[in-house]
Amino acid sequence: MTDTAAHRTIDAIWRIESAKLIAGLARMVRDVGIAEDLAQDALVIALEKWPDTGIPDNPGAWLMATAKRRAIDLLRRNKMRDRKYEEIGRGSDLYTEPDLESVMDGEIGDDLLRLIFTTCHPVLSQEARVALTLRLLGGLTTDEIAHAFLVAESTVAQRIVRAKKTLSAARVPFEVPVGDELKDRLSSVLEVIYLMFNEGYTATAGENWIRPLLCQEALRLGRILAEIATAEPEVHGLVALMEIQSSRFKTRVSPVGEPILLMDQNRALWDQLLIRRGLAALERAQKLGRPLGPYALQAAISSCHAQARTASETDWARIAALYEALSRVTPSPVVELNRAVAISMAFGPEFGLQIVDALTSEPSLKEYHLLPSVRGDLLVKVGRVVEAREEFERAASLTGNERERELLLRRAAECAANGYL
Amino acid sequence: MRFMMIVKATRHSEAGIKPTRELVDAMKAYNEELAKAGVLLAAEGLQPSSGGLRISYPIPGGMPNVTAGPFEEANELIAGFTLIDVKSEEEAYEWAIRMPDPHGFGEGEIELRQVFEAAELIRDPRILAMEADLRDQIDMINKK
Repeated sequence: MTDTAAHRTIDAIWRIESAKLIAGLARMVRDVGIAEDLAQDALVIALEKWPDTGIPDNPGAWLMATAKRRAIDLLRRNKMRDRKYEEIGRGSDLYTEPDLESVMDGEIGDDLLRLIFTTCHPVLSQEARVALTLRLLGGLTTDEIAHAFLVAESTVAQRIVRAKKTLSAARVPFEVPVGDELKDRLSSVLEVIYLMFNEGYTATAGENWIRPLLCQEALRLGRILAEIATAEPEVHGLVALMEIQSSRFKTRVSPVGEPILLMDQNRALWDQLLIRRGLAALERAQKLGRPLGPYALQAAISSCHAQARTASETDWARIAALYEALSRVTPSPVVELNRAVAISMAFGPEFGLQIVDALTSEPSLKEYHLLPSVRGDLLVKVGRVVEAREEFERAASLTGNERERELLLRRAAECAANGYL
Repeated sequence: MRFMMIVKATRHSEAGIKPTRELVDAMKAYNEELAKAGVLLAAEGLQPSSGGLRISYPIPGGMPNVTAGPFEEANELIAGFTLIDVKSEEEAYEWAIRMPDPHGFGEGEIELRQVFEAAELIRDPRILAMEADLRDQIDMINKK
């Protein structure tokens, strides 16, 4: 095997083993930063040795045994240091040497769960949570993370170093939260994964084209989470949402890079395997018998589109009802606007207009361009083109997106032409 | 990228002989490992070819020939497949090499094949996902 080939193989093994390795080590040394260093040390040794000796039969076990030996050395050194501290009257409880064998033989799923709760800990900034999760659970290099977010590698490297320091300084325990804390902490984990997914799915700065690496990572993390946190409906809801949204990947962008909206997408090209997986995940969420949370509701809305063979077969009444449920669990103007449009589709524009009109007095929406934009569309539908024109012009003046501004001004011009005929 | 691990059929699988308990357990554990690594998309086992059909087109543009199973040459038939979603060819190989010998009897064979995929490229403005949904809906209402 050539050195390059060996390195590529080792990369692949790292991808498969690193999260388990770091999670197991973190339980031992109670610090994810140190755990990652130990795992990296083992990787460096593997990179030196394996090109000559060949890949061991069980590379994961080899890496773990190597890292574990270094961990034990470290713990012993710290214990000696602690003893000295005790002698001078300053104890440190940072490291204790637990029964190492039992620690290392624990359930891997539990360790991974602890790891993701730690990397998504609220003590970290959102950016730090995303970077650290990609690094420790996804096994991505800082270069890959930097590339996906279109920032400098040094920025990501710094972000990760700082995040690890913050976790150590705050003495964040390596554990899965219980009771009331679990709900909030789980929503932080899900938020990080969905943020990652959306960064790849809808958002990238400027004119750059990217591979949806972040979508794939988010989906993979979601799928892992669904296997180790089986009793949480929102975990399955999020996975369902991501699976269904991913099913439309191939149809979302035209060959020249123009976005293709749902209505015009070639539904025959939607990935039926991912749709099926999404529907199955949604069913898992529903079967747990608790009220659906925001991710499961969004997934349910998405599934209505996924199940409609043509756009005209869409079950808008159900979508409107789901948006209503969504607005109860996460009240938001965007949800209300979505509901207004769904109601228009299901029952007629005058009903949607009632909801939108009620929103116009909302002070927080004064500068929100999508409000006049939606209102303009509904006004056109009921034949009030003069008012519609004003709304489109207003929306055009508020949007920051050039292409959208052109489209809105064109709509306004059409209204003007129709209004004065 | 997606890869399919194709488990080839054997004389035993074609004869409908059930795999041993150990093998079933090993496969179950392996599939669980794939699922817990977040890479498993689908895994299915196929019934023997005796219940299958073959549709062939010996004459271009002509009518198809339909032949009922069973078919000869067991090792050219497939007994099942596992579809995985991974980051690299090497990762796919690492998973394939970890699959248990699917049959025993010295006849186990797994074929690893990559799935064709269009280069997935995306360009997007920085907007919320739900605003994207809203745009879809606005578009629909305009075209109604």
